[in-house]
Amino acid sequence: MLIFLLRRLFQACVVLTVISILSFVIQDSLGDPVRQMVGQSISPVEIEKIREEQGLNDTKFEQYTRYASNVLQGDFGHSYFYKEPALDVILKKLPATFELAFSAIVIIILVSVPCGIYAAIRPKNILAKFLMFSSTIGLSVPIFIVGIFLLYTFSIELQWTPSFGRGDTVLVLGIWETGFLTLDGLSHLILPSLSLAIALLPMFVRLIRSEMLEVLHSEYVKYAWAKGLSPARIYFVHALKNTMLPIITIGGIQVGTLVAYTILTETIFQWPGMGSLFLDAVNRVDSPLISAYLMVVGAIFVISNTLVDLIYGYINPTVRLASHGL
Amino acid sequence: MKVVARFIHLIGLFFCSANFAATLHMATDADPASLDPHEHLSQGTLQLSHLTFDPLLRWTQENTFEPRLATSWKSIDPLTTRFDLREDVYFHSGNPFSADDVIYTMQRLKSSVEFRALFDNIDRVEKLSDYRIDIITHKPTPLLLNLMAYLFPMDKAFYQGRDDIVKFGNSFASRNLSGTGPYIITNREPGTRIEFVRNANYWDTISKGNVDRIEFSTIKSDSTRLAALLSGDVDFIFPISPLDMPRVKRSPNIQLVTLPSTRILLLQLNQNRRTELKNTKVRQAINLAVNQEIIVKKILKGFGTAAAQLSADDFLGHLDSIRPQFELAKARQLMQEAGYEKGFKVSMMAPNNRYIHDEKIAQAITAMLAKINIKVDLKTLPKAQYFQEYDKRSADIMMLGWQSDTLDSNNLFEFIVACPDPITGYGVYNANGYCNPRLDSRIKSANRELNPEKRIRLLQQIESTIAQDAVVVPIAWEHLAWGAKENVNISSIVNSQGWPYLGDLVID
Repeated sequence: MLIFLLRRLFQACVVLTVISILSFVIQDSLGDPVRQMVGQSISPVEIEKIREEQGLNDTKFEQYTRYASNVLQGDFGHSYFYKEPALDVILKKLPATFELAFSAIVIIILVSVPCGIYAAIRPKNILAKFLMFSSTIGLSVPIFIVGIFLLYTFSIELQWTPSFGRGDTVLVLGIWETGFLTLDGLSHLILPSLSLAIALLPMFVRLIRSEMLEVLHSEYVKYAWAKGLSPARIYFVHALKNTMLPIITIGGIQVGTLVAYTILTETIFQWPGMGSLFLDAVNRVDSPLISAYLMVVGAIFVISNTLVDLIYGYINPTVRLASHGL
Repeated sequence: MKVVARFIHLIGLFFCSANFAATLHMATDADPASLDPHEHLSQGTLQLSHLTFDPLLRWTQENTFEPRLATSWKSIDPLTTRFDLREDVYFHSGNPFSADDVIYTMQRLKSSVEFRALFDNIDRVEKLSDYRIDIITHKPTPLLLNLMAYLFPMDKAFYQGRDDIVKFGNSFASRNLSGTGPYIITNREPGTRIEFVRNANYWDTISKGNVDRIEFSTIKSDSTRLAALLSGDVDFIFPISPLDMPRVKRSPNIQLVTLPSTRILLLQLNQNRRTELKNTKVRQAINLAVNQEIIVKKILKGFGTAAAQLSADDFLGHLDSIRPQFELAKARQLMQEAGYEKGFKVSMMAPNNRYIHDEKIAQAITAMLAKINIKVDLKTLPKAQYFQEYDKRSADIMMLGWQSDTLDSNNLFEFIVACPDPITGYGVYNANGYCNPRLDSRIKSANRELNPEKRIRLLQQIESTIAQDAVVVPIAWEHLAWGAKENVNISSIVNSQGWPYLGDLVID
């Protein structure tokens, strides 16, 4: 276990170093940050002076070594737009994104598990066929269309839900701004989390169904039937447990997709989280913020995959983490 | 019984106060990066300045000036203008406003990287009394009043000693604000929202404005911003994409207000890169081949004005006689006369998220120029990358939109048409490679000419020379569009500069 964690830590360092280098390499093609921060009438001489002051005229290598040594001391640079340490800006937005993603995951679990199981147990049923059909549609419709459709239907036409933002939030423990505790916050959460969930839901329904179907044909399930166990016990205890193993692995990998989709969802609903922050940063060429975001997301990947592996080992004791080369 | 009576009284009170004190929820596409009014010369900064500060004087919808913190002004001699200042005005901090604050603000403006070019010509401000100043210029300055619309006096006692203008990083002025304006900031989350309450001691008691709270949200996506208005979450939005305007018009209880802006969208033909473009006939042919009316009608959906010159209708240099022309036969003939009937290939660059439908307009122009055998190799880029390429003059044809900061024609001429000169800053945006010393001397004298009639003639001469020489290809002046609920009377407080005077907003 300890060896496994240490190995992961080392991997995380390598991943973050690579990300930081990549984020530095792409910066040039994003545009000139100084140009974004000045008005139209400012003279080229002044712009050049600002570039010089900001150290943007140094070679990329000099800039990177300076950046890297700062990062090692915990300083990710200051965001040009927010005028605050980049990491602080991101961490301030983290709760919004976390709550959005968490709600989406809850919706995915609550919907995909029963739907998937049902479609596997009663494959010929009309409802199961409908589920499969709609999941195919769900897989092929891009998330921003889903988001705008939801926005149009529930916000503009029916006026049931608010259209943008996060609503009222409450500060919990002095660090975490939560929208879970106010009615307004929860109503703001409905559409964004729903559209984020819809993006990933169809895949999980199909995955659970096919895994479950496979398990139901295995020898030990047949034996359980022969033994006369109750259907509920067979389906939900014996079959489901083995169905969940690959689902967890894939779920861990899908964290990446989830993060990518939060960028789109947050932009559609003007959700004040990390995703929309990142998109704004790209548009403004706020390079310190871009680099910091990429590294935070990299860290999230490493942590979520580590957690998945730990859970995997817990559910399936035959897996020995350290020897698995994970 | 008594309880019921009191209850009814209370309800009555509530309704009365609701009538006089309303909350405005508004959403725009961007919020100011800083609270410092001198850090970034941008629409966002100026919008904020009009909310929280007051200028000495400001533009009206009829393009005249109305007094704000200056009550009257008169010219003493060609270099001196005397301003009387308003008395009994207090800053948000409680400090009284006086001539010292104006002097202080002018000094700060002259040290601001962004603003000092505008105020370059001002020598000093002399204090005659607490409420009377003389502004003395180096040279005669016909646009002095236009500049004073940019002077928003800052609270000297509040800022002094901690007033560094810091572009990249934190400063006192970027986080704290004390102005004389109608609104005080109570809460700010950069990039998300700003909350304002009305300044209870606001000097302008004649103003009918009854908005006592403003919740200003930033919504980047056009469709979400519109959805917020249509769903009733916000009362007032800006801007609205031309695509959505028919939708807004159809909606009951929503009003759409559009005004022609003075921002000109144009193409610059780089003569330094291409000998073909040095030929006046070729440039004229390109101008004739571009159909501005169709671009406005089809792409901007009518929310624009087709242009054939740089100066918008309200500007002094504007000539009614210069109208957009579309004559393909004549264009082809000119190409033939120039010896290019077979045409040639050019490169063109345009931004794709800077101006309204910039990419679509560029594509339409590509198709139009193909009709006179000019094959355009078009590349569109996000604005952040585009302006990097623009500075390098990376393509033969470049797209540019320009709003004159002084609301005067000469600003356009100085930046876009004058010969490039890194010392004076003239021609910084001259991607035409066109350099006409005679035109330059006219532009310079227009900057000094105090006689209004002579000055108008001068500016119109410059405009007609630019049109004759077909220096650039003007396309259109964009229209600005605001949307609001029916009960929010925005039509009297918006203006073509794009900084609504929310202090005067009345909500029924």
